[in-house]
Amino acid sequence: MDHQNNKQHYNFAFLDEGAKREIRRSILKAVAIPGYQVPFGSRELPIGRGWGTGGLQITLSIIGKKDILKVIDQGSDDSVNAVSIRKLVTATTGVQTTTDTGCATIIQSRHRVPENKMRNDQIMVLQVPNPEPLRSVSPKEVVSRTLHSEAEYSGIWLRLYEGIIKYGHTVSGADHPVMVEDRYVMNPSPIPKFDNPKLHQSDCLYLFGAGREKKIYAVPPYTEVVSLAYEDYPFAVEDMTGRVCKLCGAENVYFDEIFDSSTGEHYFQCSDSGFCARRRGKIGGN
Amino acid sequence: MNTANPVLRVRDLIVRFGEGCNYCLQGAALEKGRCPYCHSVWALNKVSLDLYKGEILGIVGESGSGKSTLLRALYFDREITGGEAYISEYKDGEKNIFEISNQQKRYIRNQKMGMVYQNPIMGLRMNFSSGGNVAEKLIAAGIRNAGSMTERAKYLLNHVEVPINRIKEEPKNFSGGMQQRVQISKALANNPSILLLDEVTTGLDLSVQARVLDLIKRIQQELGISMIVVSHDLSVIRMMADRTVVMLEGRIIEEGLTDQILEDPIHEYTQILVHSLL
Repeated sequence: MDHQNNKQHYNFAFLDEGAKREIRRSILKAVAIPGYQVPFGSRELPIGRGWGTGGLQITLSIIGKKDILKVIDQGSDDSVNAVSIRKLVTATTGVQTTTDTGCATIIQSRHRVPENKMRNDQIMVLQVPNPEPLRSVSPKEVVSRTLHSEAEYSGIWLRLYEGIIKYGHTVSGADHPVMVEDRYVMNPSPIPKFDNPKLHQSDCLYLFGAGREKKIYAVPPYTEVVSLAYEDYPFAVEDMTGRVCKLCGAENVYFDEIFDSSTGEHYFQCSDSGFCARRRGKIGGN
Repeated sequence: MNTANPVLRVRDLIVRFGEGCNYCLQGAALEKGRCPYCHSVWALNKVSLDLYKGEILGIVGESGSGKSTLLRALYFDREITGGEAYISEYKDGEKNIFEISNQQKRYIRNQKMGMVYQNPIMGLRMNFSSGGNVAEKLIAAGIRNAGSMTERAKYLLNHVEVPINRIKEEPKNFSGGMQQRVQISKALANNPSILLLDEVTTGLDLSVQARVLDLIKRIQQELGISMIVVSHDLSVIRMMADRTVVMLEGRIIEEGLTDQILEDPIHEYTQILVHSLL
């Protein structure tokens, strides 16, 4: 399954077949046990660990010649990280890419879930810096694994309570922990709380890859995903009322706040650049 | 009193560091709790005791006699080598609590017991607020209502004379006596039936010591909690304990009413101990 690149001869999707098989096996286990972190042998890649290698290895392992790939970084198709990952995958697979969420079959993302409702024939791959929600409770892997096995999550609840007692509300922004199928507490990767509800009973498969921490986990379609919250302080997403995208006029989406230093003007723009472009009728693939 | 069912029954509890050998496993004589052949240390050597409802049981003994090891073994902080313990409030006292799953042990730890360590660092999360520290026990017991936990934390901190306006503050900012009182309120969070106190006043100055002891005594009278108080300070034991056991080299060598032990010690070591009182 070689892919001919003009300069060099790479195996299809860069990784060797053995590596891909091992990663696929880990993915299958992750899908079978929603929210459980499956260890895997994270491979060396031409990008540094901690720069999306977990997500990239998942993408490279599951991608086929007919797939259409979209890569985003904090919602944007054009950020350096997204562009270089997209280039690497196309250079070693020759698959089609797109910025249109609706056309993509695989979407690799860092820190955002697209605004469009994802479909059952799509796979969402999220890059994860810190997969372990119990890491703040104990730095020891052996302890966090024991706590997971006993479903002992007091430490995480205590962290949420600290925000309430000190500031009157939960202080987590991104990466707000979720309970998956009433069994495992999981870090949803640093997506804003705004995106947490999208994981619940979703149509698409979510795969999470942490290359540096060597873990893969998954939220299969139609899984119960509940953001942790106290009864009297219910979970709430970021309030977007009164904000409008300057470019496309969208409301009630997740925004980037932009400051123009030459005019001193503050304004908001859709964080999901593909969504914004589509609304403005400017969308393209290659 | 002894006709009633004990709240806690401990039988032949052993904590051994080392493999043990043919010599010491037979129960032959040890040198200061250490086997002369295989050098295994018998920190607890077949300790048995009963704790009755509402009583304070004192444990005295020199450093290294196994007092703290006993408490830690009972609080599941330390793996045991052998022996049994039964709690009347857990499965009617018919299940050996050392043979149950970790989840069940955690349940007993969080719902039925409280522990106050000599060093507050052991019992408190120094970087979490004092309110959060009390709440930790409630969270562990499954409470998911922040408001009710804050109310409980305020009530308990007030009870132990920690100013309520310092509920947001971390115990690392507190004095030793105050940290100790936060620890006590944390231990009391779930109305445990058994409270374990390990040298709680050691290292505190005398006036603070007296206040902490007063507090413990008051809590015991108000709530009827059974307590095990470990101390090497006989005046603490005299003031607090109804009954006392004396430990030496991992064994209980004498037990009886506190007054009896202090006024008419039988065992040679107890006599030395009592007469070393300044």
